[in-house]
This record gives sequence, structure tokens and C-alpha cells, in this order.
Amino acid sequence: MTAITETSDATTGIRPAHPNSIIELHDVSKTFPTPNGLVTAVDRLDLRIEQGEIFGIIGYSGAGKSTLVRLINGLERITSGEVIVDGVDISTIPEAKLRPVRARIGMIFQQFNLFGSRTVAGNVAYPLKVAGWPRERRDARVAELLSFVGLLERAHSYPDQLSGGQKQRVGIARALANSPSILLADESTSSLDPETTQDVLALLRQVNRELGVTIVVITHEMDVVRQIADRVAVLDNGRVVEQGTVFEVFSAPKTTTAHNFVSTVLHDVPGAGDLDRLRSEHTGRIVTAAVADSSRVGSVLSDAGTHGVRFEIIFGGISSLQGRSFGSLTIELTGPDAGVDTVIAALRAHTTIDEAVA
Amino acid sequence: MNEGWDWDLHTPLAVTAVTETLYMVSLTLLAGGGLGLVLGIALYTTRAGAILANRPVFAVLNFAVNIVRPIPFIILLVAAAPLTKLIVGTWLGTSAAVVPLAIATAFGFSRIVEQNLVTIEPGIIEAARAVGASPLRIIFTLLVPEALGPLILGFTFVFVAVIDMTAVAGIVGGGGIGDFALSYGHQRWNHSVVWISVGIIIVLVQVVQLFGNRLARKALRR
Repeated sequence: MTAITETSDATTGIRPAHPNSIIELHDVSKTFPTPNGLVTAVDRLDLRIEQGEIFGIIGYSGAGKSTLVRLINGLERITSGEVIVDGVDISTIPEAKLRPVRARIGMIFQQFNLFGSRTVAGNVAYPLKVAGWPRERRDARVAELLSFVGLLERAHSYPDQLSGGQKQRVGIARALANSPSILLADESTSSLDPETTQDVLALLRQVNRELGVTIVVITHEMDVVRQIADRVAVLDNGRVVEQGTVFEVFSAPKTTTAHNFVSTVLHDVPGAGDLDRLRSEHTGRIVTAAVADSSRVGSVLSDAGTHGVRFEIIFGGISSLQGRSFGSLTIELTGPDAGVDTVIAALRAHTTIDEAVA
Repeated sequence: MNEGWDWDLHTPLAVTAVTETLYMVSLTLLAGGGLGLVLGIALYTTRAGAILANRPVFAVLNFAVNIVRPIPFIILLVAAAPLTKLIVGTWLGTSAAVVPLAIATAFGFSRIVEQNLVTIEPGIIEAARAVGASPLRIIFTLLVPEALGPLILGFTFVFVAVIDMTAVAGIVGGGGIGDFALSYGHQRWNHSVVWISVGIIIVLVQVVQLFGNRLARKALRR
């Protein structure tokens, strides 16, 4: 959050305040007129996405994600603020000048949005035709793209002859046609089955690593963020309520919205219902300790006996994320009050502790 | 005494009538069909939220179509006479009949075009915009190809409707099968002429519909 504040303060011109930024949104709002009055889809939002990263934007439906992603390539124009993409301030340029900018930003969609009247090859060739590539170069490029996504043998098929996963691969090939520096993925796996989702995410990872394309992943599935993103912003009511590395947001969500998303994939922290049950079954004090690589929860607990305190692990789990361990353990502590206080204080010295108040 | 098909009298007349009908129908479809396609695309692309959204233009076009379309053709045929005279030089005859025919066709077909374009998934247009395609390119390289199947069926429907409309072209001396059936059949109480004319029209319509269905199937790849 500090970094964002700095950019807002420092930026008055159109060049990005951070040398590594590829996308910067400053104080961006987008309102839509509706029969029931103005609806604010994006509300004074600041965001900075770095060159080469996979940036996740997560939110519930209606949080403004789809609008937000369309502000980046100007499919929707902002109401106020500033959007800088690849050094270009796209908030003020007219539609006609926006087209060449858009051509350098790939986009894939939940419903794939392939052209049904064109073959797979025809779909991939379309952006190249728009960009004015001559026929021979176009054919070579289409072949190259189709082999990259593993669909060269389906070049002459029509979209309605493909499976969902294949359609999204065609969508990715089409989006990459003009060698974009940015790929916007709008719920790109939301209509795919779990196995196909894995394939498409692997392909996106490959696009990011091998081609160096910055990817903005819009999703309502925290699992997608966990698997693919480097950093994540949590969107609620058109605002970024929380952002950080995926590890930070997963290991220590600060807002209820972030916490709710995290708990959809991680079940290591007891929910309200779980806590009620635990409290009814256990008479001691119940604390939940965050566990990371260096939190030493076990060492502290092994000394609990010296204070006359017994402990029981009653909930929790530890998993790994971005190459680091994290999770949480819920522990019941029984014994003299002073002893229990000492153990909790010792735990607190090493990690974050939540106590379930009865 | 007028009963029956007089081979020497009726056959050459019928051939002329069929030629006149085909002449009127083809010119009408060319002019009215082309105009209708443009008008339909304009209606679709200028509506709110569309790629060339323009409220005043849409309002004017929409109003014009709503005004012209309900006019019964037989009245339009006469009402358009001053305009016909301006374009063709006379308001009588086969060529003159094409003007009101083309007007009715253009306005009628425009709604069919608009309706078919509306069924195109908006996401497809968004995908084209996202790769930097201009509105005109989207219209000609995407909208028309994506809706081609239904557009061909719509055009076939209009084709048949035009054959129907030409039947009253006799009012302005347009001739044609309908006129032949009325003046040599109905007015002389010669039912053979009426029924044979009807038969010719049925065959004509069947051929056109068959052809249209084939083309549409090909466009839809089904």
C-alpha cells in the first residue's frame, strides 16, 4: 500500500513513477448510468502492476473486476483518473488512437469469444490481418502460435468442433498473435472443468515464463490465484481492499473479504461453526497460531509442560505456497491461568496468535 | 368461351410475364436488398452501446423504418409515384415499379438484418475490439460473416415476399405474372390461366427457397 501512495503523490505526468511498472492506475473511477441512477463499478482505485509478473485480481461477482480489466485496454473508458499502460496514458486518447495500443494487449475471455465463422487458423490470423501482416508472414506466425498452444493439427477445424480447453487455447493463441507485452485473462478458466483448468493455467504460466508476458488474471476463484499469481489484489465494491504477494495475502489476510477468499481454498483456520463445536468439546483456552517457516510453534509447545500446561492440537493444517510453508494450528491449552498466559505470550513472541473468546 | 389455356395466345404472354417478374424481382433485390443490408447494419450498429452508437442517427433511422414499413404496398406503389418519376423519368411501367418495390424491400429487409445481427454474441465483437479492429472492419469481416446463414434465410424470405408484391405491380403498368393472372385470368373468368399462373409462382418460390436453404446450410456448415 505504501508503494501505491508514493506513485499517486509523485505522478503528475504520464510516465510511470516506477521503472518496472507496466500498468498503473491512479485514482481511477468508472461509473455507469443506469435507470436507477449512477452505479460506481470502480471507485477511486490505485493499482500498479509490474513488468513480467502474474497479477491476480480477485473479487466476488459485481465487485468490478470485469470493468477494471476493460479499463486497462480501453474497452471501457474511465470516468476519472489516469490509466498508464506501457508508458502510454490511455485515459485521454481517442478511440482511433487506442486501437494500436489494444493490439499490443492480448485478452482472453471466460466464454472464449471465438469467431464461429472462422477456422482455428482464421481466428488466430484475425489480429494479424488487423495489424496488416502480409499473407505469407501471417501463415507462418499462425502455425508458430498454434504449435505453441499444441493445436496445430486442428488448424482447419471450426470452434464448435473443439472442447472448452481447446477453445481457450485458441483464444490464447489469438491473444498472443501480435506478441503483446500484456495478457488480460478475464475469468479465463471459470467455465472449464478442474483438469482443463490445470492445463490452461500451465499454458498461461508458460506464456509468462517463456515469452515474458505480464499477465493480469481476473478471477473469483482463490485457487487460481494461489496456483498462478505472484501478487494479488482483492477487489470489493470497486476498491482494492487488500493487496500484496500471494503469500502475504494467504498467510495473513487483513480484511474479511480476503479472509473469506482464503478460506475457500484453505481450511486450516476454523470458521465460526468450527469454533462453536471446538468450544463445546474442549474446556481449555483455545488459540490459533499462524505457522510459517520460522514460527517455531512446536518448540514453544514442547516447553509448555514446564509451566504445568498441557496442549492438544484440535484443528489446522500446514501447506506450501510460493516455495514457503504456511498454515495454522488451533491448540487447546489447559492448566493454571498463569502458566497458560506464559505459553500464549511465548507463542506470540514468534507468531500471530488469535484467541477464540468463549 | 374464355375457358382453357390457349397455347398460341397465353404461352407467349406468360413467358413475357415471367420475364417481367424476374426483371422486377432481380432489380428490386439488388437495390432494395443492398439498401436494406446497409440500413439494417446501421440500425444495429448505432443503437445504444453498439460499436457506432449514435442516438440521433438511430432515432431517425428507427423512426423512418417504423413509418414506411406499415404502409400497405398497394398504397406505397401509388404514393411513391413522384419519387419514381424523379428517378426513372416515368411512374408507369416495369422499371418504374422497381422503385416502390425496392423501397418496401429495403425497409422490410432492414429489420430482418437487424434482428439477425442482434443474435451475435456481444463477446465476439468485444474480442475483435480487443485486437484493435475498427468498427468498419468489424462490420464487414465479422458481423456479416457471423450472421451469414440467417441473413441468407432472411434474404430468401424477402425474395418470396417481393414475388408476392410484384403481383400488384400491374397497377402502375408493371406487368408480370400477377398482372397476367389478373387481366387474362380473373377478369376474363379464365380459371385455367389463374391456376397455371399460381403454379408458375409456386414453382418459382420453391426453386428460390430450395436454393436459399442450400446456401444457408452451407454458410452454417450444417
